[in-house]
Amino acid sequence: MNALLKALALRSPGDMARLGVILALFGLILFGALRYDNFLSQYNILSFLRYNSMFALIALGMAFVIMTGGIDLSVGGTAAMASVIAALLSPHHWAAGLVGGIAAGLAVGALNGFIVTAMRIQPFIATLATMLAAYGTALLLAGNQSVSVSYDSGFTAIGQDDFLGFPIPAWIALLAYVAGWLVLERLPIGRHVLAIGDGEATAALMGLKVRRTLIAVYLGSGALAGLAGVILASQFGAGQPTEGVGWELFAIASVVVGGTLLTGGSGSIGATLAGALLLAMVFNILNFENGLGWISLSAYWQSVIRGGFLLIVVVLQARLMSRREEKA
Amino acid sequence: MLLSMQGISKSFNGIPALRSASLEVGQAEVMALVGQNGAGKSTLIKILTGAYRRDEGSILLGGNEVSFTMPAESQAQGIATIYQEINLAPQRSVAENIYLSREPRRYGLIDRRAMREGAAAVLRTFNLEIDVEAPVARFSAATRQMVAIARAVTQNARLVIMDEPTSSLDEREVAILFDTIRTLKRSGVSVIFIGHRLDELYRICDRVTIMRDGKTVATSAMADMPKLALVRHMLGKELAAFEAIAKDADESTQRSVRLSVENAGSGVRVRDVSLTVRAGEISGLAGLLGSGRTETANLIFGADRMERGEIRYNGEPRSYRQPADAIADGIGLLSEDRKVDGIIPDMSIRENMTLALLPKLNRAGIIDRARQDEIVERYISALGIKCVSPDQPIKELSGGNQQKVLLGRWLCTDPKLLIVDEPTRGIDIGAKSEILRLLRRLADEGLGVLMISSELEELLAAADQVTVLSDGASVAVLPRKDLSEAALFAAMAHQVE
Repeated sequence: MNALLKALALRSPGDMARLGVILALFGLILFGALRYDNFLSQYNILSFLRYNSMFALIALGMAFVIMTGGIDLSVGGTAAMASVIAALLSPHHWAAGLVGGIAAGLAVGALNGFIVTAMRIQPFIATLATMLAAYGTALLLAGNQSVSVSYDSGFTAIGQDDFLGFPIPAWIALLAYVAGWLVLERLPIGRHVLAIGDGEATAALMGLKVRRTLIAVYLGSGALAGLAGVILASQFGAGQPTEGVGWELFAIASVVVGGTLLTGGSGSIGATLAGALLLAMVFNILNFENGLGWISLSAYWQSVIRGGFLLIVVVLQARLMSRREEKA
Repeated sequence: MLLSMQGISKSFNGIPALRSASLEVGQAEVMALVGQNGAGKSTLIKILTGAYRRDEGSILLGGNEVSFTMPAESQAQGIATIYQEINLAPQRSVAENIYLSREPRRYGLIDRRAMREGAAAVLRTFNLEIDVEAPVARFSAATRQMVAIARAVTQNARLVIMDEPTSSLDEREVAILFDTIRTLKRSGVSVIFIGHRLDELYRICDRVTIMRDGKTVATSAMADMPKLALVRHMLGKELAAFEAIAKDADESTQRSVRLSVENAGSGVRVRDVSLTVRAGEISGLAGLLGSGRTETANLIFGADRMERGEIRYNGEPRSYRQPADAIADGIGLLSEDRKVDGIIPDMSIRENMTLALLPKLNRAGIIDRARQDEIVERYISALGIKCVSPDQPIKELSGGNQQKVLLGRWLCTDPKLLIVDEPTRGIDIGAKSEILRLLRRLADEGLGVLMISSELEELLAAADQVTVLSDGASVAVLPRKDLSEAALFAAMAHQVE
């Protein structure tokens, strides 16, 4: 057993949690495949990937923020605002919508970074405020209703078309995760993110540029939320100022299920992806279950389940940590 | 001379912390920097590293005038500091900690192999073969310290400042650390070693700089500075005129023993402590910084676990698992740091004083305000607390009066044994003797008092007997008749005989 753990390069309880999430993901897939006829159909797989890429992108940004010991509650509002801006810009050129949406996300990220580092406000409070501001801006720009995108500029291809047989959003998410992995594992800034999460004062004493790193992390989270907003608008054909509620919870849950500590200083990109897929898979299976007619769960129940899921994982994580401290 | 700091002065809010202090360190020299709490050691070091700005004075590093405005600048100039709380990122690997902020790169990406091999190579020069990819939290304090030193070395440090590096190390680990320091010395690196354990200073340091009251009072080769002289330089100040309020000779020995501690030990801070406190007596506990005084108090009080030895309270063996048990048994502990452990600044005197008593004060779940008022009024007048009203926030009171409120907090729980840790720290001289008189009066009423103090004059004035700790062990018990400045110096300087 120990030899096996060693071979898998499992060093810490965090690694065990990561292994757990991957096993759980495969377990769920197996369960779904055996229980439902169309679970492994091409249609289900592709629409699953197309729809959930947005959440995976937001979870990626959130993972970096949480690894510094922070949190970004503004991602849902940012995505909503970006979807409206992208929709408004889409008649000019598909790229205008894309760039505009990402820029909107970067702006919120910059604001978050500024408030957290320069004004020394808790990330929780800072991003709660920018979340409300982002929703407000989205509603203002959209005139309190959804904004139809242009179907002539090719903007809808971003969310709806395929490339090499896979949905474009899935490609985007895949690329983002590869880049995220590189940044975390192979670039100094990734290691600095973890060191800052391990102890901000210590990191500063070791000569790390703490503020700059934190700003970069919030910028990244904002940009990815903006990109998710672009995909949202493109996929559903409209900028949605009231979408995005609870997305931050989905992202946080994905990150935490992926074994990243809410206290910061530890985390994995691959496991975050697995966490996001696992959560999405739970809802996919619930949908199938609804289809079988045994149970009937509304969308509201989904958010109750999501919250409950996060609570369970966080409690487990806290207990794991305290047990480890007792040992030390 | 690698480093020369001359005429350094620094004041905080008009209160001088350094008064024309100096410090010189030669090439490849290990310089001991010693002094009591508040002597100005850490202020001097922080001015050197750029954490503080100096008001006056000059700093020459390698012959050049320097003036650092932040720690990163002094690091770039080859000054590395190893703090007491070892500053590493605990969950990151050994190799990463050594190279953090200066990662070797290849094609823009981190060259993990170079990092791994470089880390292993530099650790090997200190005879340390460990898995450099394991998180540092896995390793002992000594190993972590070595990693911090290795980090300093790879930064091309010329001067390594070690702030109490041995405080959490055991005997064997200290030996490893000292080997490391010798290795550093051989490669031309200088070390400033801040420490309190005299034996260690004599083992590893070449010279010593002694500070007291913000001034440099002596500099000498370690070999030319006898222990006794060193302690005298550190502590010796003009004795403030306290009236002697201790009991006359052996009167107290007839009283019943309230507390006896025998051969108590826990970890490396408390190795072998024995002491007694009698009813009606003020028993002093003396020792240099780091000798284990506060830790001993925590053992008695149940805040730390005792691993060895025995504690008897009123003749019965006791081993408290938590302070609440000790409190229930009639023991109080007035801790050293009022600000951190004691007062709740924004709450009133009334609330601060009756905090520990609230569970007993309620009637049908509601605080019995009449009784609370009565108790608070009683102690305000008994202790002579100067305040506008009991509803005044405690933060508005002077240090001496805050201390009296905390004393009142314990007294209203009606303790039989009170441990006071540096009861007069940060209090002006008039209030000091008032607090001491108060303790005396309480003892006369039958309370046993264990008084921890760094101030010799305080012990000389008030204690009926003094137990002296050195390096975690009680090395002498001085009864009143043998108590003198010289006797205390001698006991503190001579470590385990």
